[in-house]
Amino acid sequence: MSDRNIVIVGGGLAGLMATIKAAEAGGVHIDLLSIVPVKRSHSVCAQGGINGAVNTKGEGGDSPWEHFDDTVYGGDFLANQPPVKAMCDAAPGIIHMLDRMGVMFNRTEEGLLDFRRFGGTQYHRTAYAGATTGQQLLYALDEQVRRYEVQGLVTKYEGWEFISAIIDDDSVGRGILGQNVKSHEIKAFKADATIFASGGPGIIFGKSTNSVINTGSAAAALYLQGAVYANGEFIQIHPTAIPGDDKLRLMSESARGGEGGRVWTYKDGEPWYFLEEKYPAYGNLVPRDIATREIFDICVNQKLGINGENMVYLDLSHKDPKELDVKLGGIIEIYEKFVGGEDPRKVPMKIFPAVHYSMGGLWVDYDQMTNIPGIFAAGECDYTQHGANRLGANSLLSSIYGGMVAGPNAIKYIDGLEKTVEDVPSDVFDRHLKEEEARFEELLNMRGDENAYQIHKELGEWMTANVTVVRENEKLLKTDKKIEELLERWEHINMDDTSRWNNSGVMFTRQLKNMLHLARVMTLGAYNRNESRGAHYKPEFPERNDEEWLKTTKASFDVSTQSPKFEYEDVDVSLIEPRKRDYSKKK
Amino acid sequence: MAEEKLTMIITRQDSPDSPPYEETFKINYRKNMNIISALMETQKNPVNAEGKHVAPIQWESNCLEEVCGACSMVINDVPRQACSTLVDTLETPIRVAPMSTFPVVRDLVVDRSRMFDSLKKVKAWIPIDGTHDLGPGPRMPEKKRQWAYELSKCMTCGVCLEACPNVNSKSDFIGPAPLSQVRLFNSHPTGEMHKSERLEALMEDGGISGCGNSQNCVQVCPKGIPLTTSIAALNRDTNIQSFKNFFGSDHAY
Repeated sequence: MSDRNIVIVGGGLAGLMATIKAAEAGGVHIDLLSIVPVKRSHSVCAQGGINGAVNTKGEGGDSPWEHFDDTVYGGDFLANQPPVKAMCDAAPGIIHMLDRMGVMFNRTEEGLLDFRRFGGTQYHRTAYAGATTGQQLLYALDEQVRRYEVQGLVTKYEGWEFISAIIDDDSVGRGILGQNVKSHEIKAFKADATIFASGGPGIIFGKSTNSVINTGSAAAALYLQGAVYANGEFIQIHPTAIPGDDKLRLMSESARGGEGGRVWTYKDGEPWYFLEEKYPAYGNLVPRDIATREIFDICVNQKLGINGENMVYLDLSHKDPKELDVKLGGIIEIYEKFVGGEDPRKVPMKIFPAVHYSMGGLWVDYDQMTNIPGIFAAGECDYTQHGANRLGANSLLSSIYGGMVAGPNAIKYIDGLEKTVEDVPSDVFDRHLKEEEARFEELLNMRGDENAYQIHKELGEWMTANVTVVRENEKLLKTDKKIEELLERWEHINMDDTSRWNNSGVMFTRQLKNMLHLARVMTLGAYNRNESRGAHYKPEFPERNDEEWLKTTKASFDVSTQSPKFEYEDVDVSLIEPRKRDYSKKK
Repeated sequence: MAEEKLTMIITRQDSPDSPPYEETFKINYRKNMNIISALMETQKNPVNAEGKHVAPIQWESNCLEEVCGACSMVINDVPRQACSTLVDTLETPIRVAPMSTFPVVRDLVVDRSRMFDSLKKVKAWIPIDGTHDLGPGPRMPEKKRQWAYELSKCMTCGVCLEACPNVNSKSDFIGPAPLSQVRLFNSHPTGEMHKSERLEALMEDGGISGCGNSQNCVQVCPKGIPLTTSIAALNRDTNIQSFKNFFGSDHAY
């Protein structure tokens, strides 16, 4: 048994994969923290599938290189290319590994894995388990981690929240402080390497397709402690979600085109299949940023949404209902249960775009390490793979791949350390612990007249209105002013619940402040970027501008001004020369 | 115009050791609300029906689309997922209580860790040689994959344990959910190589003999998992396994 310790923040796909890789390598113990039981992580919400050019459909021509090219082209060339290529090369092996772990992927007649089409590609490259692929993948990794837990290599801390990183006097990460969400005990998790796998920030936008825990708070807290946050302005708006009172529920891209679904609305009394008309080569399977802008334009500008409302049809009613149940059962059930009384096998679904995914995240190098030595990041909370727009079914891949890279690199990093956590004076940990305990007391004693959930609601409304599909500089500046006002009002929150036991309000209040700071990174990042690229669309600057903006945005927190400051880094385009995106034509 | 109000009676409990009590809330009604959005209203305005400022209700939820299993509660006497329970389908006043089979943490939050422990007990995983690239996995007939996939949708939500009369503080029965997981892992071509280990775990105390065949589980499962079919199949499998254990068999792996 080794006394070397790795702490992993987050138990979704990236965190679990990093855990498995580190445990498999041996010689370390892993503490795995997760706010929720890992089996309830947001990865469960991924529906349509996972990409990998396994190329067993007899199409010829598909290859990891094609997958790589589709991914950087779909991402409008903002991603550094070497890690994307490495991910696409690893993809077929990842799918085989998941298959060996027992994921119940849909099969062909011969009992081989089946693959379907997804946006931004013309190949059948997406392995899937009905329409609940994320859930099935998460369970498979959860089961493998449980095996290591029984063997004593992994200790799970479920119901523990990341509070802050422990950064020593040499600016090196030495673990984290976590807090139990029930007892509110704060504990130092000493470690020579920390891996962030804390997921995305969709809840900053109020209602989105994201789970309640996707506040981005952990990554934001690390940014406030000095980590660089990259490409924060790139937020994916998924074209097809169903509006709801508490959240916007995703309707998988696999329905749109992959399994024959068609997007349309009425124009002059006739069905108008606008994506098929405008983009004959890709049709309904154009990438998400493009489909979203088209639907938005039709509803908001042309006022051609269903009954004049912000909705268009996603239509599967012409398909064989039995086949739909086998391939898309999960989303059909969601539509039936949450819309109430409408059967998508018989009538078209009504959908509208919703905030879905952050391409941006913590800046990491090619080893997945942040600018703080000893702190790594993987999954949606890092910025690496998707550039300015993520292709569907690449997120399950990138989260698993990120974990696969981060786990072994964390061990390699520890092997190379001259000074370990044992050499760090204990007062470093005690000091951090005391500081956070004092801050928690301050939170519990907040006595003002503001309500944290109300502030969050306003944040979500402003962000959704101004920092999503269409961005205008004037509105972005106003939004930033608004967020500053909300930060000021945050100071006057009244802690409605003063209990020291399972108090979710006090935990949310702390998260909210982190969210507000991260919202400024997104908003000002969008304000600065005077071009249109992928998901970032500015009518004032409608074209992509490689000369000035083929650059990664790097935001860091300036303590003196309490604001983000920005610098820009060239994108590594050493493998594929950037070219203009045009989905009306084949590549 | 006066806003339409929805009456909800919540069974609350401040801590694991304190007594439960009921508290009524009047919630601003909107069409298409689910139980979660009704509960969220009490966070923005934590005032009970008597106009008294109270601590907001504590509950668990995450995905809000019935795939994570977090938000199980007893709503109008039926254990179910709060996210997929639409207010318009319910009789009012709506009564919401924590599941009673599990220890209450606070209000509607319960401790379901026993379910995750059961998954360890029954070895609910496929043992693999490693995550390195060993090429494609075993082939599997699509027909078999389809029923196995149904089993693999179990979210460990605990609703089936709540509905089962044989899961209670007087028994160590692990309940329907982990039983069905044994059938899932035994159906996989690699998992099948280790099926005796899982079946033997079910033949111990707290295993399959705890089922009293009330069939409540299959009626409440939000994912429609054929739990009773699984239990029947496992009864057969454990019987065969006990013969193999007694007489020996060339097929006893």
